[in-house]
Amino acid sequence: MQLCGSDILVKTLIEQGCKTVFGYPGGQILNVYDSLYKYQNEINHVLCAHEQGAAHAADGYARTTGGVGVVISTSGPGATNLVTGIATAYLDSIPMVAICGNVPTTQIGTDSFQEIDITGVTLPITKHNYFVGRVEDLADTVREAFRLAKSGRPGPVLIDVPKDVQIATCEYEPKPPVEKDAPFAAKDVRIKEAADIINAAKRPFVYFGGGVITADAQDEVLSLAERIDAPIGCSLMGLSAIPTDHPRFLGMQGMHGHFASSMSMHNADVILSLGVRFNDRVTGNRTKFATGAKIVHVDVDGSELNKTVNSVCGLRGDVKLTLQKLLPLLNEGKKPDWMARVNAFRAEEEGYLDKREGLTPRRAILTLNKHLGANTAVCTDVGQHQMWAAQNLNFKTARRFASSGGLGTMGYGFGAAIGAAYGTGERSVLVTGDGSFGMNLNELATAVRYSVPVVVVIMNNGVLGMVRQWQTLFYDKHYSNSILERKTDFAAFAKAFGADGEAVATPDALDKALERAFETEGPYIIDCKIDKDEFVLPMLPPGGSMDDIITKLEVEL
Amino acid sequence: MNRYTLAVLVRNQFGVLNRLTSMFRRRQFNISSITASETESEEYSRITFAFDGEENGKQQLINQLYKLPDVCSIKELTENNSLSCELMLIKLKNDPATRDEIHAAAEAFKAETIDYTKDSIVLRIIGNSTKMDDFISLMRDHTILEICRTGTASIEKGSSTLRQNLNL
Repeated sequence: MQLCGSDILVKTLIEQGCKTVFGYPGGQILNVYDSLYKYQNEINHVLCAHEQGAAHAADGYARTTGGVGVVISTSGPGATNLVTGIATAYLDSIPMVAICGNVPTTQIGTDSFQEIDITGVTLPITKHNYFVGRVEDLADTVREAFRLAKSGRPGPVLIDVPKDVQIATCEYEPKPPVEKDAPFAAKDVRIKEAADIINAAKRPFVYFGGGVITADAQDEVLSLAERIDAPIGCSLMGLSAIPTDHPRFLGMQGMHGHFASSMSMHNADVILSLGVRFNDRVTGNRTKFATGAKIVHVDVDGSELNKTVNSVCGLRGDVKLTLQKLLPLLNEGKKPDWMARVNAFRAEEEGYLDKREGLTPRRAILTLNKHLGANTAVCTDVGQHQMWAAQNLNFKTARRFASSGGLGTMGYGFGAAIGAAYGTGERSVLVTGDGSFGMNLNELATAVRYSVPVVVVIMNNGVLGMVRQWQTLFYDKHYSNSILERKTDFAAFAKAFGADGEAVATPDALDKALERAFETEGPYIIDCKIDKDEFVLPMLPPGGSMDDIITKLEVEL
Repeated sequence: MNRYTLAVLVRNQFGVLNRLTSMFRRRQFNISSITASETESEEYSRITFAFDGEENGKQQLINQLYKLPDVCSIKELTENNSLSCELMLIKLKNDPATRDEIHAAAEAFKAETIDYTKDSIVLRIIGNSTKMDDFISLMRDHTILEICRTGTASIEKGSSTLRQNLNL
């Protein structure tokens, strides 16, 4: 059938199985919005307060569903507002398709009103991007964008569609949704090599990241650890893949990771690394990182092998399929000495836990845990609260945690939590700080308008806590521009936007507030007062090694 | 530090050279020469470049290239498996005192005089990069007005082609 470009675009999105998309209209995307109006019974568009929030919402939707998140914006500032959202998705390998309008092709390159070279701008933060110059190419470009976004190591793809291409017509032929490229296992010879190394290990450690969630390989990870009697740790991006209370799971590793997890990894003789990329926040000083360990590294992206740390065995392939082939080659066996050492690390960690009374950050998260259902998605912003959440949340189900790991985007959380609520069809939770929340709190308007159930817990300490922590430790307590001194009344703010909220100062009050929040129809804000000098511990100082780990605060405040 | 020559077959799309060079820049790969051209097929362009670095840097570069959807095929070209050459145009001052020396050097390097005026001589020289470098250093004794080099063009020996292993 003959259709105009904007109809073809929306029809192709529907064809790809998009149920909900996020975005914001404007001059050069009006035709697409006209088509969204026309097909509103088949595709739901959520109007956000800002394109950045919309991009994060598409990201939160993608993380919680495992599908591709879609965000739509106009040209120029609409497109540049997406940039942080796209970069966030890129650094965390989240499948996303961003669609921007642009000025008509005849005006491209003339600095027209609201013209920006968005394919140029997003070149380094997308897997690929497209400028669609002909309506005949539009449908297949959208299809290829979806295939790329979800294949291999997922990531964002941008499509720039000039207005005249949205208006022009051509023949549209419906097609079935594109499949991602078939995943493949690593080469047999490498798998055999890996098996030999693991079979010879006396102190194996299984370390996994976001790649395991992408590949849906949590069962294989558990079977493997069980078979070789190894403890399991993960990166921030791996959180939620394995239930927190699993007896083999030591939690997150890295700069603010669990002591037992970091120590076990540091003392392992073989680290089986699955879908991780050894970011500097994980390794600290790379020359001192796990010096006694042989690293076996499985990743679907070959460029991650030997990128930052050298592995003795690099396996390029899908984690799930590779582990399925690896498992039968591994000897079953108990390692009581090693597990005793791991348990000793655990006991030591228990001693470091913050057990103070009152509304401490840890107690706040533990209180929140009591209210979380197995399907509740928790999103965070970036900073101290993010680490407290990562350390103390009780994860039950994979894909129920969304946090900006790679880019570290303050302001990510609210949009993501809205996207997560749509993705799961359930109430979501945002754990944030007063600094991060201040960046994109405009999205409360979105949550109110669509009555999106988001429980917002603001860890409010009146300062940029993580910046302050570094200033305390490394900058002679020069609190340069990290004291907010704002007079924001978050409960009143909630009311002004048409929501409800309250401030709490004790664990008991937080508990009751959460009860109310989880019964509220739309969003609910809890302003949780905590002290400005709370620290995230343990801490591996930047560029440090496990010998430098800070487990107790010995700074005079 | 070693020099590696890589030949890359890419989809013949608008801006594809920019996609490659943008990646080189942001990941700080040291590229000393690059050529891009059309090929025997309208579908593809060929980009040949020289990378200065270590073996693992080269491997990382290849892995990063494979991640670009426009990249269809990559081959490392070595002295043993390939033929390379470069073209250079060099403009020298035409000084009666040094004219004979320039001509003698040009003859030894099989350089061709393609422009000759009262004040200037333009030579065209073809060969590998080392030959160009040697010729330039020889000419440093005289007055070099301008140099233009094409970068290395490389092709495999024998019948195998880049197109034979697409999309690895």
